[in-house]
Amino acid sequence: MNEEFRPDILGIFCRWCSYSAADLAGVSRLKMPPTTKVVRVMCSSRADPVFALGALLSGADGVLVAGCAPGDCHYKTGNYQTRRRYALVEKIFDTLGLDNRRVKLVWIPASEGPKVKRVITAMTESLREAGPNPARAEMFI
Amino acid sequence: MAEALLMKADGADAAARDLLKTLLASGKVRGVMTLVETGPAGEVNYELVADAAALEKATPLYPLMPANAGGLLSRLTVLEGFEEPVAAFLRPCELRAFVELGKLHQVDAENILLISATCGGVYPLRASLNGGLADALPAYWEALANGDGAEGLRPTCSACEHFVPFGADLVLAAVGSGAAGRLAVVASTPRGEEALEGLEGAAGEAEMETAGVKSLREKRGAARAELFEKEPLATPGLEGLVAFFGRCVGCRSCRSVCPICCCEICYFDSATTEPTPRTFDVHLKRKEGTRVPPDTLLFHLGRLTHMSVSCVGCGMCADACPVYIPVATLFAKVGAGTQTLFEYVPGKDPAEEVPLQRFEEDELVEVGEERFDS
Repeated sequence: MNEEFRPDILGIFCRWCSYSAADLAGVSRLKMPPTTKVVRVMCSSRADPVFALGALLSGADGVLVAGCAPGDCHYKTGNYQTRRRYALVEKIFDTLGLDNRRVKLVWIPASEGPKVKRVITAMTESLREAGPNPARAEMFI
Repeated sequence: MAEALLMKADGADAAARDLLKTLLASGKVRGVMTLVETGPAGEVNYELVADAAALEKATPLYPLMPANAGGLLSRLTVLEGFEEPVAAFLRPCELRAFVELGKLHQVDAENILLISATCGGVYPLRASLNGGLADALPAYWEALANGDGAEGLRPTCSACEHFVPFGADLVLAAVGSGAAGRLAVVASTPRGEEALEGLEGAAGEAEMETAGVKSLREKRGAARAELFEKEPLATPGLEGLVAFFGRCVGCRSCRSVCPICCCEICYFDSATTEPTPRTFDVHLKRKEGTRVPPDTLLFHLGRLTHMSVSCVGCGMCADACPVYIPVATLFAKVGAGTQTLFEYVPGKDPAEEVPLQRFEEDELVEVGEERFDS
């Protein structure tokens, strides 16, 4: 494992649960690897898989999409749609032999600051194992 | 057994033409959309014909697909439906595209009598250049009548398992019609039965599942297994994708001929994806260099996420590619995966919503769980 390598992760967090949880994690001064740059969206279903693909192809090492737990969506059903889309991405990655470690969808309820820490730490670890995104070395993209 | 019109004709194509003529002459339909021979060297195009005499040159089963007729029919009816009944002769995959487009609110199917046939597949458009199909045609018609798969078809046709149409009003039992001696037009819906009512020709009963259909299904299944079990890319992963799309010229023909890609303005044509100096700035900070213009792979992968669940595998994209990238095979393979995921057969059931427009609360529970070990 390359300890020096610090993966770059794009976070796409829903405004209602996951972003609030990240806020809580910050306010609670939880320590976690400084790898994730979070973009706040109104709902995880705004995170069109094309955004994740775009980030990966431009050289991000991973994309972490986070939303409310199923049943808790502020808009009732947004995260169910997100779940279908990212299941689809997983399947496409499987078929094409792309690395499924690089795109993750998780549910983080607003009150679970520690889960933000846990998830970001785990994703950082798993991307350290995966190594730098080969897209960085690929000019034709 | 279903209600059917039994026709005597010299081959399936002639039977299909006769059927369209009879329908038009009977006044049951005001017009007919079908393939029509438009040139001396086997050029065919879709036409909307209102006059029975003009149907002399119609060749509904000609083994070429100049455009996916499902998409064409959607463009004709997206604003409003036909005022008077019109018959449209579509291949099974064109019909499936039409049904998919209906789910995406892109068609008005009112007043359209959908006619299809069990399908022997089509040749790549390139094969027809300079009259190149003339020699292959007799063997094609024979293979169709016997239920043998013809050689040299579009790869997605050779591996097509849905060559018996879903949900057409009338279906011509073209595959394997040789042994029967007569060509049956089977009515599969009340609208189809109504269309057959009172038409000349012996009314009888017939089955679409001929011996020919069974033998062709077996052959197609084997070809499909062979084609689909191979890895879609020579090298899995990014490297393979780069090699596969390496010669893509970015013309986006694959998308413009795709019947499923019906967005008025594609995301990839929107200002969002227009490269700006900043785009290159970002790329160059992160990478050793970048292609100009960038985002070739994003376009293809993005399209896969947008339309692969509805891909009917018609093969238009590969035929339209100016640099001969076998796009259709890759898209059909990825589509097969995503369609299996949602247990969805595009174009089969008009009442079933497109997977990305619906969901179940208690499905796919493992997606969204913390799974970082894999």
